[in-house]
Amino acid sequence: MPKSPNDKLQGTLTLLILRMLKSRGPLHGYGLLELIHAVSNELLQVEEGSLYPALHRMEQDGWISAKWEITDKGRKAKMYSITARGEKQLAAECEKWTQLTRGVARVLRYS
Amino acid sequence: MPWFTRWRNVFRSEELDRELRDELAHHLAESSERLEAQGMSHEDAVCAARRRLGNYSIQKESTRDMNVAAWLDQTRADLMYGLRQLRLSPGFTAVAVLSLALGIGANTAIFQLVNAIRLKKLPVKDPHELVILKYVQPSHRSGWGSSRSGEFTYSQWQQIQAQHEPFSGVLAFSANRFNLSRGGEPRFAEGMYVSGDFFRVLGVSPIAGRTFMAQDDSASCNAGAVISYAFWQRELGGDPQVLGRKLSLDGYSVPIIGVTPPAFFGVEVGVRDDVAVPLCADRLISERSRIPLDYAWWLSVMGRLKPGWTLAQATAYLRTTSPQIMRATLPSEYNPGFAKLFLTNTLEAQAAQGGVSDLRRRYEQPLYLLLGISGLVLLIACANLANLLLARATAREAEIAVRLAMGASRGRVVRQFLAESLLLALFGTVSGGVLAFALSRSLILLITSSENSIYLDTGMDWRVLGFAVGLAILTCLLFGLLPALRGTRLSPACAMRSTSRSVTTGRERFSLRRALVATQVAFSLVLLFGALLFVRTFCNLLKSDPGFRSEGVLTAGIDLEKAPIPKERRRGLYRELTEKFSAIPGVVSAAQIDATPISGSSWDENVGPDGAPAATSHKRAWFNRVSPGYFHTMQTRLIAGRDFNDRDTLSSTRVAIINEQFATKFFPGINPLGHSFRIEAQAGKPEPLFQIVGVVQNTKYEDLREDFRPLGFFAAGQNEDPGDGTNFVLRIAGSPASIMRTAKNAVAEVAPSIGIQFRPLSAQLTESLLRERLMAILSGALGLLAMLLATLGLYGVISYMVARRRKEIGIRMALGADRSGVIRLVLKEAALLLFAGIIAGTVISLWAGKLAATLLYGVKPRDTVSLIGASLLLACIALIASFIPARYAATGDPMSALRIE
Repeated sequence: MPKSPNDKLQGTLTLLILRMLKSRGPLHGYGLLELIHAVSNELLQVEEGSLYPALHRMEQDGWISAKWEITDKGRKAKMYSITARGEKQLAAECEKWTQLTRGVARVLRYS
Repeated sequence: MPWFTRWRNVFRSEELDRELRDELAHHLAESSERLEAQGMSHEDAVCAARRRLGNYSIQKESTRDMNVAAWLDQTRADLMYGLRQLRLSPGFTAVAVLSLALGIGANTAIFQLVNAIRLKKLPVKDPHELVILKYVQPSHRSGWGSSRSGEFTYSQWQQIQAQHEPFSGVLAFSANRFNLSRGGEPRFAEGMYVSGDFFRVLGVSPIAGRTFMAQDDSASCNAGAVISYAFWQRELGGDPQVLGRKLSLDGYSVPIIGVTPPAFFGVEVGVRDDVAVPLCADRLISERSRIPLDYAWWLSVMGRLKPGWTLAQATAYLRTTSPQIMRATLPSEYNPGFAKLFLTNTLEAQAAQGGVSDLRRRYEQPLYLLLGISGLVLLIACANLANLLLARATAREAEIAVRLAMGASRGRVVRQFLAESLLLALFGTVSGGVLAFALSRSLILLITSSENSIYLDTGMDWRVLGFAVGLAILTCLLFGLLPALRGTRLSPACAMRSTSRSVTTGRERFSLRRALVATQVAFSLVLLFGALLFVRTFCNLLKSDPGFRSEGVLTAGIDLEKAPIPKERRRGLYRELTEKFSAIPGVVSAAQIDATPISGSSWDENVGPDGAPAATSHKRAWFNRVSPGYFHTMQTRLIAGRDFNDRDTLSSTRVAIINEQFATKFFPGINPLGHSFRIEAQAGKPEPLFQIVGVVQNTKYEDLREDFRPLGFFAAGQNEDPGDGTNFVLRIAGSPASIMRTAKNAVAEVAPSIGIQFRPLSAQLTESLLRERLMAILSGALGLLAMLLATLGLYGVISYMVARRRKEIGIRMALGADRSGVIRLVLKEAALLLFAGIIAGTVISLWAGKLAATLLYGVKPRDTVSLIGASLLLACIALIASFIPARYAATGDPMSALRIE
């Protein structure tokens, strides 16, 4: 499989999903893809292959919960929403991400 | 709880699959709809959506992996695979499960008995604190030992009760069999006399009513009975108004005051004591109360250690107080010499958490031996299975090689093998467990006689469960691991190459299976040898000449306890009954005897020949009291002199008849007729003198296994103090049923309250051999099973060898080897294995024989005849079993064998 240009997003996929679900949940898998794509001004394209394993792992870890629902278009879809534990996890990952970017920015500014 | 859903998902994989499918389908639908909206055709959109999702199967599987516990999922898959493998070869599975079930079943059943008589603790509070008081052996006591395991007199109990520093409480009990019926055919219940503190010290609380208090066991003795739960259910139908109902115990009426919990069976393992009455009730119930007698050893004493006291400290304490106890309780009738010895007696404390048990004394060693034997059988079964699995592993060599070559890890393949073994072990254990419960019941029946019913709690507990599970795991590893490791050890390339291209097989891998078979042969030789020893012991005992002919002899026990017959009338009554019995049609002859032979009763005295004092002779003989015609009835040969007759009465000279052994011991080299001897008397009385009027052949006295003892017989007509019970022997030629009926009527004519009980003498003899019969039957069955398994193993290996060497044999035959040559070739292989096994087995047998030495009779533990017999039997069967594949190898068409590729 050719490497996708968005591979570096792998580590942050959890963060993105949790963040989107917090503001806009419940959402189904495809909806999440669309939303991340749109919110990021089409900068971020989550690789479809890694989405579902990630969602299911997060569900098993208890960060998100899922429910089968009928969508407006009349399709049966698995809708995910964030749990209390997921919110805690989101806060922690946000914190980590901010520190990482701050650190990286400092290193880049170094002359 | 993520682990929980991950575990659960392993077992709802279909549902999980459907959900995944639905979710991905939804994704594809949404995605293609979007693409279509951007202007793609429907088909293109669907294809593009699929492409963007990536490999659908991988996608689904990696998502699925997030939802299940991987190792569990793999185990499940391995087990399903194993199950399929087993279903594919039902013959193998059946043999494997059956042999495991028999092995595990036999082991578990015997362990259940060991557990019940040795390992389980008494069902009372803190059983580990209980100790039992015993005389340090050898002890010097004589007198009346009137109950099982009775050790103390009542006055000694009072002494111990008065000062028991190491114990927070002490209790005394005496086993007693109570007759519940009021005359005629007796109906017995096991029971005991117990001290007032008995239940309190044990910590047993009643489930109804109350147990005894100290004041129940007092001089005034307002006796009540505490009954067991089982007795309440069985005899009284669980009557809710049971309290206050009256029980007739040996004819004395006692009200029921309480019921003990279901788990409590008393303190003697093997007996369920159904009725308990206070010690003081002995005055009321027994004709001759043992309470005032300072020479009646009828009580067992137990104590509960105070916190902080150890067994050793308690024993040390008892050692210091013993002299005082002995001085205070010296039986008044001991002569001075024996009194001095008596005063040196000391007491000790022994752990009693498992209670007391006669059964344990008799059966503990045999049961451990049987456990060893059945363990060996299980080992043989495991070796057999290992062999079969090795053969299967070899057959699957190519398949495994392919899987290893394609990247399967060795561990995973080993696990697959083990899953199969685990399933076999599981099936074997479950069916073995079911078998065990049936087997242990039958084992108890095997050692139960009509006289002694045995109660053992063989129920499931953690020990039995642990034992069975342990066995399962052990067997699984024993027979599963080796083939698994062997089967996967080959390097893939080599294994794939070797699939039956070469003419002969590598010797190295095959040698393991040969070693296994040789081991099987060795072990089964040991077991067959043991079985022969025990079977021969049993036969020897059955065939041994007891000195009388028991076939056709009916014994009748007479009990006058409830009958209003004065003591002076008894002698006459017994003579009258002898005449009445003799006159019954079908009775050839009848006679009276106080204690029937081999009944376990015994009476021994010091004897002084020809006027020498008896008390200081230190030579013992055993005695019995018989009426005229006894020896004739029993067909015991009178060697010299005369039988007793009606002129031997209280007013004539005291006479005795002795056996040959008595003559040899006390009158060596001379004719004993006309000589006399004395026996001991109570202190202050002259020793009675007996004149010898006859000599009879030797007879067995207490036990068929004993060597002939010196026996003396006294005349029933000269008994100054006839007891309230005696026995009669009737040699009969007619139907026992009608004779018993007539005899019963004859007794009832005299007084209906006389108790009477019949029993064939031969049954009494056989029942005295229950232990030997148990050993013979079980070791015989297990030995045959072992031989069968070893033969199967040998057959398997030889046929496997024939199959593997088919081509070699074909070439040999094509080159001119004749059939007998081929058969010889194969049989040589079998004979080699057999020979190695028998040599090893002989060495083990000679060593193991001595473990059984004390249980044997008439055969030596290294009996060569048995050893040769066992070897020959094994060799014959094994050679026949290997002849079948040998003949098959020889009858094959050499061309077809060569063309087999």
